[in-house]
Amino acid sequence: MAVAGILLGTVIGVLPGLGGANGVAILLPLTFTMPPTSAIILLTSIYWGALFGGAITSVLFNIPGEPWSVATTFDGYPLAKNGQSGEALTAAFTSSFVGAFFSIVLITFFAPILAEVALKFGPPEFFAIQLLTFSSFVGLGGGNPLKSLATILIGFMLSTVGLDIVTGQLRLTYGFTDLMKGFDFIVAVIGLFGIGEILLSVEEGLRFQGAKTQMNLRVVLDTWKILPRFYRTFVRSSIIGFWMGFKPGGATPASFMSYAFAKRFSKNPERFGKGEIEGIVAPETAAHAAGVAAMLPMITLGIPGSPTAAVMLGGLIIWGLQPGPMLFVDNPEFVWGLIASMYTGNVIGVLIVLAFVPFFAAILRIPFAILTPLIVVICAIGSYAVHNSMIDIWYMLIFGVIGYVFKKLDYPLAPLVLALVLGDMAENALRQSLIMSQGSVAIFLTRPISGVITAAAIFFFAMPLLTPWWRKMRS
Amino acid sequence: MRVLNLVTAAVLMLLSGIVSYDALRLGAGWGGDGPQSGFFPFWLAALLAAVSLVLFAQAWRSASGEPFVTRDRFIPVSKVLGPLAGFVVLTDPPGPWSGLGLYVAAGIYLGFYMRWVGRHDWRTVAVLATSVPVISFLIFETWFLVPMPKGPVEAWLGY
Repeated sequence: MAVAGILLGTVIGVLPGLGGANGVAILLPLTFTMPPTSAIILLTSIYWGALFGGAITSVLFNIPGEPWSVATTFDGYPLAKNGQSGEALTAAFTSSFVGAFFSIVLITFFAPILAEVALKFGPPEFFAIQLLTFSSFVGLGGGNPLKSLATILIGFMLSTVGLDIVTGQLRLTYGFTDLMKGFDFIVAVIGLFGIGEILLSVEEGLRFQGAKTQMNLRVVLDTWKILPRFYRTFVRSSIIGFWMGFKPGGATPASFMSYAFAKRFSKNPERFGKGEIEGIVAPETAAHAAGVAAMLPMITLGIPGSPTAAVMLGGLIIWGLQPGPMLFVDNPEFVWGLIASMYTGNVIGVLIVLAFVPFFAAILRIPFAILTPLIVVICAIGSYAVHNSMIDIWYMLIFGVIGYVFKKLDYPLAPLVLALVLGDMAENALRQSLIMSQGSVAIFLTRPISGVITAAAIFFFAMPLLTPWWRKMRS
Repeated sequence: MRVLNLVTAAVLMLLSGIVSYDALRLGAGWGGDGPQSGFFPFWLAALLAAVSLVLFAQAWRSASGEPFVTRDRFIPVSKVLGPLAGFVVLTDPPGPWSGLGLYVAAGIYLGFYMRWVGRHDWRTVAVLATSVPVISFLIFETWFLVPMPKGPVEAWLGY
């Protein structure tokens, strides 16, 4: 079961446009007939596989199969072009393994404790965490912070379209019945990242002509000998990844943050971007640590730490399990079964993925003119399957064009999607906080925990303004 | 690029306008016991308006830079986008016409694309354009039990 899931997940992760969240979403209905424990093991294996698969296309084809593999392309593809794809892939998979393992261990110890702490978190704390997440996009994301902010706002606005659960009013529908359902993030992801990516690749002339892979045991062992040199990067990235994944932030910002930090603290930062192994270790470790850590708030708090975790949360509810602190009390065997499967899944995953790389690379050798429409059709199927609604396929098309334009203009897409996913939760937290404070925004700063988090968020938001001033001061 | 940056910033301003209009209709202040429905969207829109104003100014002052996309680089894009739009329209056109359903449309789309863009030979085209819809039909419709838009062919076959 786990093996099937991992293979399936890797195939999904390798194909641009399908992705972890989408793959899990498409396959969710299949699991209705399975016992919940088997079902979630299958889904988490797919999640794993997708995480690994994203690295394959990033390194071999410079096409990130997942948003969180973007940072892996920076150094992975140059290495592959240099004939060192085996080293790059081994480094990527091993880093993933380490990062994931780190998080699994932490989850094992911390899950019960965190469930307790979580019970103390109130709405202001939740909202503050969301602020922090998005502020790190703006402050640390690089590129034009205003554009990042813009996409975050767009994502939030899109999330408000439709029925407002609290007041029962229709928002931003302007009389169109189709808009009553709002925008589903799955469709947005498929369009923005799937179709958009295809359009962009086509324009840039990428014909999925990948670099050749020399994958054998010798390469693996040689690379393993080099990797321990980067133990500091491993530890730092794992921590960043776990920290970002645990909060609704996700693997994408974790990978970027980790890359940025690794470059800043490295002895040879100029090698980054040209094929520095550390440039793969950092983002992959962080992304996988985050990917696993995203499960933690899901099972302890009932808050998904990533879009894929969000989909799995939906699955849990459908199976009749109540995610949140009570899950430990009511269904402990499910939780521990899940955690145990993470260990085994991780180990099996690395081995399988290392062995099957040529196979996965071969998939992308299928002629472009066959592969592209095939992927498009699968995307269309995925979009439709979400709500059994044709309009979602049209949305996919529209989001695809938007994704293409935004990518060309350097408007980052990951924050948009995250805002779309978390919009409802963020607004809820905001509402409840304001009700608690009777309308005063100060509540976020006066409560101790949220105060600290909010202050950090404000700091990150202000960073793009402060950094040039800071640099002037020092020179 | 400059033009497109300007246009995008303008579109975003327009978007903020649309959102704040509806938000104000719903009420953006304090309701009886909590923020009104339009509170969140309004402030989002207000912030976006400010941000897009600055973005517009940035784009205005920027150098012209490279064009957004050159004609010959756009052709492959339109070759993907065009058939894709056609595929969606064939599946289920808006308006009163009924579509061909996803599977048949996919077959046509695949075949068309393979032949026109990929210049594959007719045999490969025929084989794939028929087998892919059939296989996906079996996978999704009968095995996964996930229904897709269907058209006259499926109806004729009894689904």
